[in-house]
Amino acid sequence: MERVLTTPVSEKEVRALRAGEVFYLSGLLVTARDEAHKRILERGSPIPLEGLAVFHCGPVVQKKGQEWGVVAAGPTTSARMELFEADLLRGFRPRVLVGKGGMGEKTLQALAEVGAVYTHFTGGAGVLAAQAITRVLAVHWLEELGVPEAVWVFEVERFGPLVVAMDSHGRSLYKDLAAQVEKNMEGIRARIRGK
Amino acid sequence: MNLVRGLAEALARASTALPADVVQSLKRAREREEGPARVQLETILQNVEMAKSRKIPICQDTGTPTFFVRFGVEFPALKELIAALPEAVREATRSVPLRPNTVHPFSGKNPGDNTGRFIPAVAWEPVLGEEVEIHVLPKGGGSENCSVLKMLAPGVGLRGVKEAVVEHVVACGGLPCPPTVVGVGIGGGADLALKLGKLALLRPLGARHPEPEVAALEEELEELINASGVGPMGLGGRTTVLAVHVEYAHRHPASLPVGIAVQCWAHRRAAVRIRPDGTVTVTE
Repeated sequence: MERVLTTPVSEKEVRALRAGEVFYLSGLLVTARDEAHKRILERGSPIPLEGLAVFHCGPVVQKKGQEWGVVAAGPTTSARMELFEADLLRGFRPRVLVGKGGMGEKTLQALAEVGAVYTHFTGGAGVLAAQAITRVLAVHWLEELGVPEAVWVFEVERFGPLVVAMDSHGRSLYKDLAAQVEKNMEGIRARIRGK
Repeated sequence: MNLVRGLAEALARASTALPADVVQSLKRAREREEGPARVQLETILQNVEMAKSRKIPICQDTGTPTFFVRFGVEFPALKELIAALPEAVREATRSVPLRPNTVHPFSGKNPGDNTGRFIPAVAWEPVLGEEVEIHVLPKGGGSENCSVLKMLAPGVGLRGVKEAVVEHVVACGGLPCPPTVVGVGIGGGADLALKLGKLALLRPLGARHPEPEVAALEEELEELINASGVGPMGLGGRTTVLAVHVEYAHRHPASLPVGIAVQCWAHRRAAVRIRPDGTVTVTE
């Protein structure tokens, strides 16, 4: 059975998720990249984020009449948001982050503190992601920030697969893997030196 | 097909359909993997299929438009070609559509049409003849952020080059959306090494460098990087790179530049041939 979480997600639901698990998301998914993170921290969020999912994404959109349509909307590299994410988590309490490539120690700590998870969506799979977006409910700061950096509010249905890559108990798949890769590198370095 | 339409068509083709050699390589990678790594490749291939059949961009990051132009010095319509490149970018941005990616580095303003100061980036190379061959390489920001230049001390030799490439690509982990394609430019100067790295990306996957020594280095680098276990999307697995391509130039005795151009799994390419009578054909 595929697990589906619906926003607003509760702390209890999030705490039950463990690194490595997979789920799908229904409800509200709000995009925020570098500029949006910065602006939300400076002047507040244009939409209450509590219990919602924040998506590191700059979509390709197309306006048809009055309605926005989403053409492609995969994740962007989350590491750039490490500068802001811990403060955003503490100040605005989203429960789910969606991105790719993983985040650092500060975010991992904040996730544990507030009860939230960082999830990985396959980078580049923008069409698959767009498929799960049923409607664009709003867009904020479009004029000032442009299409990729604006805050898009998506209604989604079974958005995923989302891999819990950093859970609310201090575990990070990236950290685990980094240790394994470092071990492998010892052998690789020896091979390079040996030849 | 007129020039602007042909070039816009190439941008559309590159953005929506992966070349067959890249799809083949991703499929082979899927067969090698299991668990989460396999799920990532299945998701990728499903996405590629969907993008192709619906003619929409594979990834929301449709990249910065970059053209590599080899123009015959006797090609009669060079003036038109110069004007057609930015016009084709505007046209494709509207019609595909592409994400408007260019922003002013000071004001952050986005002109909305993917053009700007020095953009589209065009590398012009004059050749003998009267035809034009253009390679289109829309490259995403995530992988481009992982492209670097290393200025090594020549004393470290080829071993030092291997070390630099392997350490760098492995350190990038999941950031550039692996499995990646890595272009390595050795020698020349700082700018030429990086340019050679990018040019190496234009070669189809599976085609080795014609010189056996260079081809052997490519194979060895692939093997070493894939032994790291970084895997698809940096979640662990056997395939960190689909391929490593190496190009080289002669160097200054005091310098050993190594340009490393990292390209994501969505290795989007297209090629355009323009005949002197203006006939435009789009391939790949």
